[in-house]
Order: sequence, then structure tokens, then C-alpha cells
Amino acid sequence: MSLPWRHDSGASAATESVVPETPDLVHFSSVSENTHRFVERLQRPSARIPLRPRIEGSLHMNRPYVLVVPTYGGGTLSGAVPKQVIRFLNDPTNRGLLRGVIAAGNTNFGADYCLAGPVISAKCQVPVLYRFELLGTPQDVARVDDGLDQFWERSAATDVPA
Amino acid sequence: MTTPTAAVALTERSVTPPTYRHDPSVRLRPINWNRVTDEKDLEVWNRLTANFWLPEKVPLSNDLQAWRRLGEEERTLTMRVFTGLTMLDTVQATVGEVCQIQDARTEHEEAVYTNIAFMQSVHARSYSSVFSTLTSTPEIDSAYRWAVDNDLLQERCKKVLKHYYGDDPLKRKVSSTLLSSLLLYAGFYLPLHFSVRATLTNTADMIRLILRDKAVHGYYSGYKYQRGLEHHDDATREHMREFTYSLLEELYELELQYSGELYEPLGLMDDVAAFVRYNANKALMNLGYPARFPAEETQVNPEIIAALSPGADENHDFFSGSGSSYVIGTAENTSDEDWDF
Repeated sequence: MSLPWRHDSGASAATESVVPETPDLVHFSSVSENTHRFVERLQRPSARIPLRPRIEGSLHMNRPYVLVVPTYGGGTLSGAVPKQVIRFLNDPTNRGLLRGVIAAGNTNFGADYCLAGPVISAKCQVPVLYRFELLGTPQDVARVDDGLDQFWERSAATDVPA
Repeated sequence: MTTPTAAVALTERSVTPPTYRHDPSVRLRPINWNRVTDEKDLEVWNRLTANFWLPEKVPLSNDLQAWRRLGEEERTLTMRVFTGLTMLDTVQATVGEVCQIQDARTEHEEAVYTNIAFMQSVHARSYSSVFSTLTSTPEIDSAYRWAVDNDLLQERCKKVLKHYYGDDPLKRKVSSTLLSSLLLYAGFYLPLHFSVRATLTNTADMIRLILRDKAVHGYYSGYKYQRGLEHHDDATREHMREFTYSLLEELYELELQYSGELYEPLGLMDDVAAFVRYNANKALMNLGYPARFPAEETQVNPEIIAALSPGADENHDFFSGSGSSYVIGTAENTSDEDWDF
């Protein structure tokens, strides 16, 4: 699948991507592709935050979205959120359109399990919607798919579409 | 940015030391951390070094009173479980991690495995610290005799050693990931179980440090396995998928027998088995494969999950609809300058 707002596999052009309507889901995944594999199994398109924004260009959202993000575990609090995600959220428009966060992690990291979720939640004042481990189980995929459907239905009443 | 041409030429006409055994005449190259080709190597190196710890930092002697309150059966179980863990960590430190150095795809991967091998030795060492703090030499010797004479424990080790000394780099990676992410967990269950009952809590804290390391080790070998698979055709990939699921089955069956002997007398085996299946799924995910066991077979006792990861058992499933689960994170604001709002 090749979509204009996607930045898979070393995209050729280093242009800023501006498209009519961005998806309601955004994710980041490192070269390990764990989070990407989870998102691929969902029944909805997602825009991927580029791994190398200087080469691949940056992602600009134009409608409300939910962010799926892995936790860089076992490090410090500030290192839990991948740098690329921080850079993406530093953009005021991107940050303003964020409605919720779904975090991946590993319970082996103890209290730091899925820490990227609460860190982004506190920074951006949006709820942590769900947490899952590694690639996520089939149950996780089904719950997030159903959950996102309901989440957007519920927020349609209050959210003004961009 | 400098042109990489000179460096490329250098990597083409020189090798890292492990290649010497194939060609003694070849030029050798020192590791260059200023030219990293796989960013995961540096990221994992940094995580591993940031997580470094030693058992001497854990106040294990605070567990003495709790140890004396344990019954004879529980003490013997603890000694055996920890000696079994020491056995696996010894395999991993001296063979499992070291044997992956020769298969490294980058020079930095070689360095990462030396770090992991050392940390496995620290883990193996840490159980001895528990023993010397809590027990006596005759009890320790008796547990080691048990380990040497226990056929199932021996078989668990030899099942992976066979592949470590085999000729397939991918099988080494699978075996190592399954050891780090599956085989150890029946053992880890016991200190988590005790900590739920406020027993041996310092020992449990030490186990949590080990668990954190194992997560990075399993993730890294699993990641490098997937990088390795990319260089093979569909037939090999299918062969490796079958190999992985079949080795997992064998190790899982062995695990049930080995742990059954240990835990059944205390009536804990059903719970231990669920914990093993939960971790078997995670081992597969580290290797990039889907879970083997369905959700209903991996329902770990919530107390154990809470002992592993405080808060992980709580309902953070906003999607389930309950208004009370609408929680904005209260994590401290990071002072990281990268956040500019």
C-alpha cells in the first residue's frame, strides 16, 4: 500500500507532505517495525511519523487523530517517547489535533510499562486509550479497532471536524 | 556530512576480528562507534549501559527474617528454582550470547553481545548472592547437586546448546530468544509470587532488574533475527517459522514437566503454566511471529502481573466505555529540552 502521507522505506522526495485529508490514526515505529505491524493489522489507514524527518520530510495533520506509539523502555523518563514523536508533537497544529494516545510496551519494564502513554497524555492533555505489549495480540487488535470506531462516534458530537 | 566513500572502502578491505578464523591473512579493523550502520545497535547499547546494575546494590539481607519464616518446602523450592535459573544464565553467558558474536551483521552488534554476555554473568552471579545472604553452604551444595542430577533441567539446557553449537546463525538467534523470553519465566514466577505476599521483597526487586534486562536481550536478538531473515528466500523463511514453532512446542512441554515437579506440591502449577504461555507469546512476538496461545490460555493471575508491573493490571482500556477510566496521565513533566511546549 502506498499512500501520499506515508513515508515507508526511504521515500525519494524530501518534500513536506500536504494532502487534502489525513487519516484519523498516526503511528511511529522504529526499524524493529513492531508498532507498524500492529497498526497494519487494524482495519483503518494510518499515517506513519517518518523515522528520518530530515530526509523523508515531516508529517502535518489536518484533522483529529489518535497516536499509536512504542515506549523506549528501560531508559529514563524523558527517553520513553521516541525523539521523532516529540518533534512531531512540537508542531502546534499536530499537537492541537491529537485526541488520544495508544502506547505499546513490555511489562518487564515494571512501572515504566507503556510509559510513553502517560508522558504524552500529561504533556498534551489527552487520554491514554489503550496499552498493549510488543506486536499486540489478536485480542488487542480487535479491541483497538472496535474502540476507535466507538471513540470517533462518541467524539463526533463534541469535536468540530477540521 | 563527510562522504562515506573512504569508510566504505575500509569496510570492504578489512574485517572485524571474529572473521580471522576464516582467513588469517585478512586486514583487521577496529570498531568505529562514530560510523554506526544500524541505529538499533547504538540505541540498545545505550539502554543496556543505562540499565547496568550489580547485586551488591540490592539490600538482600533485609530478606533474612522473611526467609526464616518460610517453611522447609518453600525454602527448598526457592533454592532449586534459583539454581535452575543460574544454570540457564550460565549457558547464556558462556555460550548463548558469545556464539552470536560470530554471526553479527555489524561490528557494533559484536560489541552489544559482549555486553549482554557479561550481564548474563551478572544475573548468574546474583542468585549466588541471594544464597550466600540467606542460606548455608550445605544447603547451597545440595541445590547444586540437585541441578546436576535433574534430567529435565539438563535437557532444557542441551536443547538450546545443540543449536548454539550448530551451523545455523538463524537457529542460534531463535534458541537464544526463546531462552531469554520463555525458559526463564517459570523461575521468575516464584519471587513474584512471594512478593505478592510481602515475602523476600528485596530478592523480588533484584528479579525485576533481571526482567528489565531480559526484555532488552530478547528484543535485540529477535530484531537481529528478523534482519537476518530478510536475506533469505521464502523457503528458508518458512523453514525457520516451522523450526521456531516446533522448538517452542518442545521447550514448552519440557517446561511443564520441569516446573510441574517443582510447583505442583504447592498447588501453583496452573498459574505458572499460564505465565509461561504468556511469555511464550512474547518470545514469538520478539521474533516477529504471531502469538501461539490464545488469550484465554494466557490469563496470568492479576496479582503476579501487578508484582511484575504495578498498574499494568489496572483498566487502562478507555475503549471499554467506563467513564472512570478516562484518565489524563499524571507522569511528571519531563525536563527534556526536546519538548518545546
